[in-house]
Amino acid sequence: MLRMANSFPEEVLEHVFSFIQSDKDRNSISMVCKSWYEIERWCRRRIFVGNCYAVSPRMVIRRFPEVRSIELKGKPHFADFNLVPEGWGGYVQPWIVAMIGAYPLLEEIRLKRMVVTDDSLELIAKSFKNFKVLVLSSCEGFSTDGLAAIAANCRNLRELDLRESEVDDLSGHWLSHFPDTYTSLVSLNIACLVSEVSFSALERLVGRCPNLRSLRLNRAVPLERLANLLRRAPQLVELGTGAYSAELRPDVFSNLAGALSDCKELKSLSGFWDVVPAYLPAVYSTCPGLTTLNLSYATIQSPDLIKLVSQCQNLQCLWVLDYIEDVGLDALAASCKDLRELRVFPSDPFGMEPNVALTEQGLVSVSEGCPKLHSVLYFCRQMSNAALLTIARNQPNFTCFRLCIIEPHTPDYLTRQPLDVGFGAIVEHCKDLRRLSVSGLLTDRVFEYIGTHGKKLEMLSLAFAGDSDLGLHHVLSGCENLRKLEIRDCPFGDKALLANAAKLETMRSLWMSSCSVSYGACKLLGQKMPRLNVEVIDERGHPDTRPESCPVEKLYIYRSVAGPRSDMPGFVWTMGGDSDFKPHKLNII
Amino acid sequence: MSSENGKLDSPESEDTKLTLGLPGESSKAAGTKRGFSGTIDLNLGSSRYHQEDHHGNYDDHHDDGANIDLGMAAKPSAAKAQVVGWPPVRVSRRNTKRSCKYVKVAVDGAPYLRKVDLQMYNTYHQLLTALEDMFSCFTIRNYLNERKMMDPVNGMEYVPTYEDKDGDWMLVGDVPWKMFVESCKRLRLMKSSEAIGLAPCTPPKRTSTTPKKHL
Repeated sequence: MLRMANSFPEEVLEHVFSFIQSDKDRNSISMVCKSWYEIERWCRRRIFVGNCYAVSPRMVIRRFPEVRSIELKGKPHFADFNLVPEGWGGYVQPWIVAMIGAYPLLEEIRLKRMVVTDDSLELIAKSFKNFKVLVLSSCEGFSTDGLAAIAANCRNLRELDLRESEVDDLSGHWLSHFPDTYTSLVSLNIACLVSEVSFSALERLVGRCPNLRSLRLNRAVPLERLANLLRRAPQLVELGTGAYSAELRPDVFSNLAGALSDCKELKSLSGFWDVVPAYLPAVYSTCPGLTTLNLSYATIQSPDLIKLVSQCQNLQCLWVLDYIEDVGLDALAASCKDLRELRVFPSDPFGMEPNVALTEQGLVSVSEGCPKLHSVLYFCRQMSNAALLTIARNQPNFTCFRLCIIEPHTPDYLTRQPLDVGFGAIVEHCKDLRRLSVSGLLTDRVFEYIGTHGKKLEMLSLAFAGDSDLGLHHVLSGCENLRKLEIRDCPFGDKALLANAAKLETMRSLWMSSCSVSYGACKLLGQKMPRLNVEVIDERGHPDTRPESCPVEKLYIYRSVAGPRSDMPGFVWTMGGDSDFKPHKLNII
Repeated sequence: MSSENGKLDSPESEDTKLTLGLPGESSKAAGTKRGFSGTIDLNLGSSRYHQEDHHGNYDDHHDDGANIDLGMAAKPSAAKAQVVGWPPVRVSRRNTKRSCKYVKVAVDGAPYLRKVDLQMYNTYHQLLTALEDMFSCFTIRNYLNERKMMDPVNGMEYVPTYEDKDGDWMLVGDVPWKMFVESCKRLRLMKSSEAIGLAPCTPPKRTSTTPKKHL
């Protein structure tokens, strides 16, 4: 074997490895032998770091010296719902600073749930001469000044995607910083911005970039200006409109309809804030070609939604508000046989009573009518075990099943029983299930089912569920492929956690908030497991000021080879060593 | 614990419950209110629009995002205390409840009132058209730029009027649309014979884009 490995010159092996892009496969290659490890690490170009605190920038750079593309994730997923306090961490700056020296040829940076400052953006803009792709997903901490720096300096920029980031929107003027000589834009997503950008600057930019494929505007771009933009970019594949409302005028309508019908490549539509239903027919010409439709901000009623989706026979992905109602989902099931992904968001999540006629029946219909459906996110107010059973039998291909029954502890509305059996059917029938979110009234029993059948489960979200530690124990001991577990408001305590401590090293992370894990148990876990960072988050003050048996507010445990982090705010402590400590400037090798 | 819905779940109670429903509509999810079913012969056309009486818990969402998260908002109408981060909906998705402004519509001589959502329309003509649909016995009649409605059956003319924030009864159509929506508290289709006191309105500054309808 050794002889065989040595008989191939490095260049040949490198060439062979270049066809292998998946991280998993690359990792496997690197473990074959030392020389393959060496060759592979020199030619790895893309790095994905699922938890920015699991490894240090210097460690990454030391092992992989020639990276061109990096993807980093920061805060835990529950940060999306305001469960992670401000200032928790996830700063990208140390990474940028380290990469400036090490990766001058860096081309792509993709960040999710990280804190990005204008300084970071400026450094990126000025340091990486060949910079091409910037994707900031659910990030925060920067302003439009940082965007101006990117626009002004990145001559080779292809993609600027700010999806769902929180931007300090000082003005729309930043867009005008793209120089007149800049023509390489392929994808622009500014949907999360509030300010008006200069329309003439936008039109000129769109007009001079012949490779523009994806344009997602913000709400401030009025409908009357859309036609002109489209006429400058009829090659668009993805379009996000601005506000979809205007005074009803036949000339505006026909102009828009005409411009849209000239966009023959359009496959994806989104935007649709403030929809005036009378303008919807303008998009009808694009419907047969659409594979993705995001109507999750469109406050239109089911008759209009039905008219729209019935024409989208090739639809694969639909995001919509629950205004679609059961009747609309019936129509969807009848018309869109190629549907793969459905997300139904609540129009009135905090309302006491249902404001729309959307029930479990809609989901049953879609599971019956759409054979390729594999990914679902569904908010509703009632569910039954019978429905879940039917859904599971109809659609054993689910890879992602996220059901949110809006009121916590809601039982089966027909039998008043917990929904254990229903979710049990889901995990039992859907053998490829990788992601699951459960809701409603649930006992430890559902976790027994999940632990027994959820063998491919990688991510599990629990809220207001379970009776005792046994529930958590079933999950931790049964789900062999579990990577991320996030739990809130469940009666899980010390026992299951400590009994399954070793399991935690096989996972990316565990989040537990408003549960019953005591400070003492956290300390113990931190001491016993040096390769885990056991972080206690408690805004009530240092846990030492309370008894050891007192449950901590929030707990975030993740494996790391970088040791405890040094950038924690005053309400986060890492457990471990002789007592919990906050390291001083730890010299991370 | 969704016990507030418990007693409404059984199918029998749905059918016999006196719901506010539009004629011809099937009964929908428990908990929604609908108009009276059509037993009274007032030529009520079916409307495409929902006629729900929201409980008033929609109108103060908009800047409550942060407060809701901290569980501090004592919202006057939504009695439930908000749990932080639940339901798991991102902040950017929180204001998707359509802003709506439902006002009562009274027609002189009709035994009960209706409601329209003024936010559904962009112009006076759209509103009058909707009223025309709702009370299908009427047609809009533009006469000397006055907006009137007429019942061809009995030949009565009706003038659309509204009560503004000050409690005064005004002729519909004098002020810009948005101002009207802002100040309108309720609508009344008043018999022309009673409307003698109201001066004819001056032609509106905006050019009307709507075609004139005649008898």
